Amino acid sequence: MPEIRNYTMNFGPQHPAAHGVLRLVLEMDGEVVERADPHIGLLHRGTEKLAESKPYNQSIGYMDRLDYVSMMCNEHGYVMAIEKLLGVEVPERAQYIRTMFDEITRILNHLMWLGTHGLDVGAMAMFLYCFREREDLMDCYEAVSGARLHATYYRPGGVARDLPDRMPQYESSRFTSKSTAGKLNDSRQGSLLDFVEDFTNRFPKCIDEYETLLTDNRIWKQRTVGIGVVSPERALQLGFTGPMLRGSGIEWDIRKKQPYASYDKVDFDIPVGTNGDCYDRYLVRVEEMRQSSGIIKQCVEWLRANPGPVLTEDHKIAPPRRGEMKGDMESLIHHFKLFTEGFCLPEGEAYAAVEHPKGEFGCFLVSDGANKPYRLKVRAAGFAHIAALDEMARGHMLSDVVAIIGTQDIVFGEIDR
Amino acid sequence: MDGLILTIVSVFKILLVMVPLILSVAYLTLFERKVIGFMHARIGPNRVGFKGLAQPFADVFKLLTKEVIVPTNSSRFLFLTAPVLSLAPAFAAWAVIPFTDGWQIADVNAGLLYVLAMTSIGVYGVIIAGWASNSKYAFLGAMRSAAQIVAYEIAMGFALIGVLMMSGSLNLGDIVRAQAGGFTNWYVLPLFPLAIVYFISGVAETNRAPFDVAEGESEIVAGFHVDYSGMAFALFFLAEYANMIMIAALAAILFLGGWMSPIDGFGDGIHWFLIKTVALLFVFVWLRATFPRYRYDQIMRLGWKVFIPVTIVWIAVVGFAIYFEVGPWFSTVRGGGL
Repeated sequence: MPEIRNYTMNFGPQHPAAHGVLRLVLEMDGEVVERADPHIGLLHRGTEKLAESKPYNQSIGYMDRLDYVSMMCNEHGYVMAIEKLLGVEVPERAQYIRTMFDEITRILNHLMWLGTHGLDVGAMAMFLYCFREREDLMDCYEAVSGARLHATYYRPGGVARDLPDRMPQYESSRFTSKSTAGKLNDSRQGSLLDFVEDFTNRFPKCIDEYETLLTDNRIWKQRTVGIGVVSPERALQLGFTGPMLRGSGIEWDIRKKQPYASYDKVDFDIPVGTNGDCYDRYLVRVEEMRQSSGIIKQCVEWLRANPGPVLTEDHKIAPPRRGEMKGDMESLIHHFKLFTEGFCLPEGEAYAAVEHPKGEFGCFLVSDGANKPYRLKVRAAGFAHIAALDEMARGHMLSDVVAIIGTQDIVFGEIDR
Repeated sequence: MDGLILTIVSVFKILLVMVPLILSVAYLTLFERKVIGFMHARIGPNRVGFKGLAQPFADVFKLLTKEVIVPTNSSRFLFLTAPVLSLAPAFAAWAVIPFTDGWQIADVNAGLLYVLAMTSIGVYGVIIAGWASNSKYAFLGAMRSAAQIVAYEIAMGFALIGVLMMSGSLNLGDIVRAQAGGFTNWYVLPLFPLAIVYFISGVAETNRAPFDVAEGESEIVAGFHVDYSGMAFALFFLAEYANMIMIAALAAILFLGGWMSPIDGFGDGIHWFLIKTVALLFVFVWLRATFPRYRYDQIMRLGWKVFIPVTIVWIAVVGFAIYFEVGPWFSTVRGGGL
């Protein structure tokens, strides 16, 4: 009798379901996974170390590139840590703008997740439907910061500038006919707030569309129900946060438990799962998109009614207005100092966490009183999740590993940093 | 002299089937991409030629000019044989397909068995490709495909037994002629469960979504043909699409009355056959655009625990109905059904 041995399979880093650069060494018994060993570090860019050699305000752009599908939430965690150490007051309008863009980012992230998760499980249509809506939100990013992905919009003490009065327009070209461009521009005639409001009106119907394709689909259910089950106790022990934790039935959301920005002033619910399987996490995230849409709507209403400053007037931290600089020596000095030396933080340490779409995203800053951090530690939600991959995938089949990677909503930018 | 003429005529007939078949395979890929494109809220290929109509040719030329890479550790002979083994049966099966009354290359009495045999041989191409590649991904794909095809071949065979009982013939032409006289006589009505089982098994047998675990692009990348490139890959592609058309054409013949018009005396002819085939092909594409992929063990369960029992039960029902001559369909069954 020949001895029957398990074989190892190298899943990734060049694999369509590896979500970037996950290298997974699987020990397989036929189709059944006996052991899953995730290898990370293939997207390591040394963000934390880089931040140590740059003034505080020049590292914001690095934060965008951590979890590159939920850019502004990363920025939020970082600027909040700085603000905590500085003790600077953030204008209320800026808080609302941050809340709104955090939720826009949450939808962006969840759409990306839903699309790729669907694609992993084989539902190709989801990917394209999700990206259709994602495009509109990218336009919001573009309108407000000029960049579609890496916005660098949040600044210590507020946001870079107020919301624009007009949206960028599509132009007709060789590939876009005049009527198509006109149709695309229809909802882009007013201000950014008009556009965002129009989106929140449209979006719930789009979610219904996604749900008709997946929620009651027998194949989708067969592929996700009972796959990658994590008990509530185990989820806590593993350090899960965000939808991964809520999918297991634990009602934990930093937006509610330790409100930041203006989350204490908006009304929303936290969806919670019961079984802790892939299907529950799917339902949780889909419901979160609906809730986010509601939060955005409330923010739009408030922002319409309450104009005001969006950046702190303390010019030691935030640059003065362009006009002031032209006539005022002190403003010019402030500007020069800010863009060469930056600002110094008082000695000490601070941890600030936000409810990132993937879980708890936190920045731990240690300052020795210089204009650069002594140490910056980023707590990435995905790191704890991928650490549990072995436990979640053990005993499942190869196809389920793909579904589990999808449900963890892994992005390597933040895991490898 | 007679032999020579017969050969020339046969070759001519074969060309008459093969050339349009290869062309329709080419355009089926475009059709698929366009239809899925529109279902996905995008456009699909529209750059090459007028509205993208030259796209299939661009694809073919691209693949022709690509190098066929043979992996170092593969079994060279088997590696290169496999695509041929998968393509040849896919084309050979077309020999007995009646396009319209009398239009078929070979009027074989056991036509149905011949088709079943040919489509079953195709699995060797897949298994050999997976084995010869000497890659774990390809091997997994081959194993999945082998198990899947065995399971669904049985369900498919049982589904065809129903047709056989109704028509009393294995000759595909006779099966169509038995369904003459409007759509009420089509076998899809009395044999509805079998028709559904047959079509779904056909989707599974051709490794199409949602049963495409043998390729499973997000799991085992491309499955059995992960190591193939250039024309060797194109042959697999060609075989898959030829099989798709084959299954659709067979479904049209066996259950939808082949070249018969839906309303009696409305002009039977090849156009009806083509319309039915294209409609069924559209369903293939539609399925791919909509559904997630089954897991390998779920496919097995569906095949063994659902389809095979369903077909067996329905065959028994049909047997009783024919024996007791239950109207409206079973009272007129011609000659020796049982």
